[in-house]
Amino acid sequence: MSRLVAFAAIQGGYKVVSQVEGELEKALKSFDASTKIGFGNTAYYLPVIYSLTGMKCETLEDLKKPLEFARGLLPPHIKGQNHLPYLGPLLDAGMAGLFAYEVKEALRILNQPDFYTFTEDPDIEGGKIWVGPADDTILRKRGVEFVDGSAPGFAAIVGAAPNAEIAKMIVEDYQKKSLYIFCAANHNGKTVIEQCLEAGMQVGWNTRIVPFGPDISSAIFALGFANRAAMAFGGVKPGDYRRMLLYNKNRIFAFVNALGDVGTEWAVAAAGAVNWGFPTLADTDIPEILPTGICTYEHVVANVPHNEICQKSVEVRGLKINITEIDIPMAFGPAFEGERVRGADLFCQTGGGKTQCTELVKMAEMNEIEDGKVTVVGPDIADLKEGGTLPLGIYVQIAGREFQTDFEPIMERQIHHLINYIQGIMHIGQRDISWVRVSKGAVEKGFSLKHIGVVLHAKFHQDFKKIVDKVQVTLFSKKEDVDKLTARARGEYKTRDERVDKMTDEDVDLFYSCTLCQSFAPSHVCSVSPERTGLCGAYNWMDCKASFEINPTGPNQPIQKGKVLDQKLGRFEGVDEFIKTASKGAIETYNFYSMVNAPMTTCGCCECIAAMLPSCNGIMTVGRDYAGETPCGMKFTTLAGVMGGGASSPGFVGHSKFNITQGKFVLGDGGLLRLVWMPKVLKDEIYDRLNARGKQMGIENFADMIADETVGITEEEILPFLEEKGHPALSMEPLIA
Amino acid sequence: MAELTKTPAAKEVKLADPREASIEPSTQEMILRAQKLQIETVFDRAVTMKPCAIGLQGICCKNCSMGPCRLPLPKGGIQGEDTRKGLCGATANTICARNFARMVAAGSSAHSDHGRAVAETFLSVARKETKDYTIKDPAKLIQIAPYFDVATTVEVDGKKMDRDLDEIALGVAEAAVAEFGKTGGTLSYLKRAPKPLQEKWKKEGVMPRSIDREVVEIMHRTAMGVDQDYKNLTKQATRCSLGDGWGGAMIGTDLQDVMFGSPTPLQAEANLGVMKEDHVNIIVHGHEPLLSEMIVAAAQSQEMVDYAKSKGAKGIQLAGICCTANEILQRHGVPPAGNFLQQELAIITGACDAMIVDVQCIFQNLANVAKCFHTKLITTHPIAKMEQDNVVHIEFDEHHAMEDANRIVKMSIDNFQNRGADVMIPHHKTTQIAGFGVESIRYHLGGSFRGDYFTLNDNIINGRIRGIAGVVGCNNARTKHNEEHITLIKELIKNDVIVLTTGCSAIAAGIHGLLTPGAAAVHCGPGLAEVCETVGIPPVLHLGSCVDNSRILLAATEVVKAGGLGNDICDLPAAGSAPEWMSEKAIAIGQYFVSSGVYTVFGYHMPLDGAPEFKDYLYREMENIYGGKWDCEPDPIKHAHKMIAHIDKKRKELGIDKARERVLMDMADRQALGVE
Repeated sequence: MSRLVAFAAIQGGYKVVSQVEGELEKALKSFDASTKIGFGNTAYYLPVIYSLTGMKCETLEDLKKPLEFARGLLPPHIKGQNHLPYLGPLLDAGMAGLFAYEVKEALRILNQPDFYTFTEDPDIEGGKIWVGPADDTILRKRGVEFVDGSAPGFAAIVGAAPNAEIAKMIVEDYQKKSLYIFCAANHNGKTVIEQCLEAGMQVGWNTRIVPFGPDISSAIFALGFANRAAMAFGGVKPGDYRRMLLYNKNRIFAFVNALGDVGTEWAVAAAGAVNWGFPTLADTDIPEILPTGICTYEHVVANVPHNEICQKSVEVRGLKINITEIDIPMAFGPAFEGERVRGADLFCQTGGGKTQCTELVKMAEMNEIEDGKVTVVGPDIADLKEGGTLPLGIYVQIAGREFQTDFEPIMERQIHHLINYIQGIMHIGQRDISWVRVSKGAVEKGFSLKHIGVVLHAKFHQDFKKIVDKVQVTLFSKKEDVDKLTARARGEYKTRDERVDKMTDEDVDLFYSCTLCQSFAPSHVCSVSPERTGLCGAYNWMDCKASFEINPTGPNQPIQKGKVLDQKLGRFEGVDEFIKTASKGAIETYNFYSMVNAPMTTCGCCECIAAMLPSCNGIMTVGRDYAGETPCGMKFTTLAGVMGGGASSPGFVGHSKFNITQGKFVLGDGGLLRLVWMPKVLKDEIYDRLNARGKQMGIENFADMIADETVGITEEEILPFLEEKGHPALSMEPLIA
Repeated sequence: MAELTKTPAAKEVKLADPREASIEPSTQEMILRAQKLQIETVFDRAVTMKPCAIGLQGICCKNCSMGPCRLPLPKGGIQGEDTRKGLCGATANTICARNFARMVAAGSSAHSDHGRAVAETFLSVARKETKDYTIKDPAKLIQIAPYFDVATTVEVDGKKMDRDLDEIALGVAEAAVAEFGKTGGTLSYLKRAPKPLQEKWKKEGVMPRSIDREVVEIMHRTAMGVDQDYKNLTKQATRCSLGDGWGGAMIGTDLQDVMFGSPTPLQAEANLGVMKEDHVNIIVHGHEPLLSEMIVAAAQSQEMVDYAKSKGAKGIQLAGICCTANEILQRHGVPPAGNFLQQELAIITGACDAMIVDVQCIFQNLANVAKCFHTKLITTHPIAKMEQDNVVHIEFDEHHAMEDANRIVKMSIDNFQNRGADVMIPHHKTTQIAGFGVESIRYHLGGSFRGDYFTLNDNIINGRIRGIAGVVGCNNARTKHNEEHITLIKELIKNDVIVLTTGCSAIAAGIHGLLTPGAAAVHCGPGLAEVCETVGIPPVLHLGSCVDNSRILLAATEVVKAGGLGNDICDLPAAGSAPEWMSEKAIAIGQYFVSSGVYTVFGYHMPLDGAPEFKDYLYREMENIYGGKWDCEPDPIKHAHKMIAHIDKKRKELGIDKARERVLMDMADRQALGVE
């Protein structure tokens, strides 16, 4: 009986809008109308309101308009047997309710600034379990996972399961399916998040179990996240509500699980979510809405048993999830990647300064190794007591007709996240500075070192089937073996590094394109050269080459460099031809080595954005993990908003952290020596490399000449510092000719 | 002479059996009452006078004074060569096609003259010559302006700004009026049709040049000794009818919406039972809302209500008959008192203080019936007067619209006190939801943010809805009143076919309770019932009056545009029907639906049997040209199943005849999905 749903949702709409109108009126009495409101570090205002209506809410006063809009959306109540049609009105009421919920959350943050932690993970010890709205840093970091499909969507769970055990079963099932689990609202005062904590689970963005808030209004953060992803990566313009909602329907595969009694306030939120194409599945006996249309399949499905709700939800949303069934006793998947093994949970560890832990991937001849053979040479976990340590050498041999030694480092880099995918195991670092921490939970389930080999064998075959024919893994846990492997590995690393470091753009005839993000930023085309790694930081030239070998029709295609049109700025005939076609005519040309003249485009996933600082005759760059103000007058997130979506914006360029110290970094504009400001955290991270590259360019201790936020966040503030340090940019030719 | 007139005519008049005449109880009651009062109605005349057997076959030619030539089919059908000829040699095909084309011309001219009157009134609005009409739906004006090449934005200092609404209105009004007699190009609205359909029209050379010209050309071509090729005549019938459906009628609907507001769903009542014994009952009957809109405003004014009270009435009950009823129903919720065959019966209640009529479908016999009561019959249109001397003519002029309306309503109120004691209003009335239009359906398929015909398409593709039927048209005293409409519609919805309805068919559906959301659970197949329940709609959607059949064309075009059901109207799993048709307007409508790609089935009878070859051309050949074709089936159940068979054929062609699989999408599949 959809009529009952419509009746309840419209009732809910009136209730919520009236309630929030009251709250706003009250707030306007206690605060000045010009008081700033907002969701923290974000360039998207109140994102649901902003994305759908274009209204920018910055002050208390600004909240009146969306509420008036919401009031105007409220349809007449459903009356009697001979009622008027209600599907449209129901969806409008839902939207009105959601706008009101977003305003309500803004008011909560105004009234209780400390209610949410605004962090990736909650502060459990501090008793603050609700993180609230994700800021733009989290959005960009996590949004990429929605872009590349490593997170197929999210389950928005409202309410609470009958007990902690059931909550854990449901949430863990979604984790295994790699979905994010966005949690809000309570059922009779109980929340799924509290139940997860009770069941000993780690919650937070890192384990994909996001504790948004304890009330139904907090569910708005899930929709706000989805809409911001569409604006940040999809190039959907604020106010283009139709495209925004269809984008969500066809790209962000999300759904709602209502656990507990569905009252009018939940009904209105569920009705609102249908506008996004997000259906609701409930564990209670509510009226169902089965015909399709607004959602891909059913709109409301009721009475779903708890042990079926995950499978059913995924089916109703029309989502195909490829789960790798790997024969290990622990759960496995990207959702467990961010899980930590803290002191109290730790059973044993290897590496991390306590012992040596080394990883090495080497190519082998086909007849040399046996596929699937995993050998543990030395003691295993079962031989250890709690608190014990082991040295470890992970030695992977790969054979394949298409395999090349160039692919070794690429495969080796996978080890980090693949081991992390194992529930209860934490992996940090790489190469000879690896660190593996094993939790008590994993040991209880029977974790053995052998399982690392099982995982690597299975995933290498699955993800790299084109180049991998045989994988053999040997795990050394005796000191002498590990030392031997480490000595050998260090030699390998050195050879590899030299080869890559010495490689220049002039050495190769082929560059590679990267259109991985193109479904989200349709006109954006990345080009990757040896001296300009992908701006997302994830792909260097070698990766692209391997990716092309693995999947010749995939997102990385070779580009014939062709004639050099401009040596200084880095413009190539072949590249121009390629990008013109790949961007469907939107972009005609760009330069590899300049940010002043026709710089490369960005989709919005770039690690850093560089901007000109004309008064300092230099440039600055800012990484996405720095949330503060910068001397160019824009925060990272504002910059990304200006730049994203595949536009070429002279004066700005997106780039990776690694690229800063590469030889061709804005070389056409003067190179690294133009850099006058960067956030301290970034400077510290690449401090040594900055100095090394500075030295190559003839400046000693260059890193210390670069200003950061401790010096100032305006050009006026940093200029005296630069003068004092004798920064080379000041004496260079003018940045803008 | 005395001998000859001795036998009173009344004795030869047979009386209709009310239960054979109609399925509708209040109609039956009123027929009985009329017979008791010895007042003759259409139902009695229908059983007294048989239709002309030659005319019925469509092969009587009276286009010159050498005739009338009659070419009936031989008793045993045609054996060997068909040698029938008129004096000039015209074959049965030529005569039948000429008669058919003239019906199309007459029907088109009716809708188009209506459209012209609306366009001219709108021109006075745009020129600020009248204050009684205004622009109530500016959004619709802006929506249609581009089709007339009227700009809706202007550039000021390089910035795009909204253009002044009055300027847009004037541009649209002048262009719309010009459509009727323009001298170059083709009709502006043709470009609203799906592209492949426009291509077909272009290829066939049937794109109307101006609305009037095609009517004139039919009259010329069907005159003695001009066009004597039935295929060529049919082509002109198509061109003329398109000038109706995609021309005059569409302009009428659109500009009515602009001036009086686009309909949105509303609740109202229907049937003779809406008349009230203690109220002044005013019935408006005919077609053009120009008059009735003003009558509504006058009758609802406090001044008139007070005046009615001063005359001893409790208020004013306004109700409609025929398409005027539909016009004021869809915009104001004013109830219809009945459809075409109930017009005399409204007076027979004895409670009708005034019946105000304009054009089309008005029985001349109303004057005879009104004479038996106190009822004032008021004609208002200069082109539609009556010879009987009890008829009052008050000419309605759009420049003094409100003034005229007040005068008419006042006269009606004044007549209240003349009402006789013998009043009998049937107590039957039903509730209905009416007021669906192209825009409001879009809204109700997904709200302000997601409103989209795709919701409908998706449920057609997944099989919950089998297809779409347009059931429209008149009543016909040769068939049982409302029976064909109701039996047909029920059979369609039982088979999960959603029904769009207009005209007297819509009134019938309302009276018989099919325009309620509750009807879905009672009469529909499980799939359609589920969709109706989800959207909260009746299974039968009231889309307005007979000029509003243009709304069905546009709704069909929207369905095509929403995707997944082919590229043209003829690809859709859809069919049209006029089960109780009688007016030439129905033939014009049928022809433009067929020529727009719709399989169109008429009930009762088609005047084509005398020319089997021409009939075959309409029933078969036209499909090869336009994708739509004519058919006729008097039995409503078989009629429904012919439509369903066509719908199933189209479903098969679209590959949606089997249950849709649930497709689960991975990242690559999702990336392939559009986001527009």
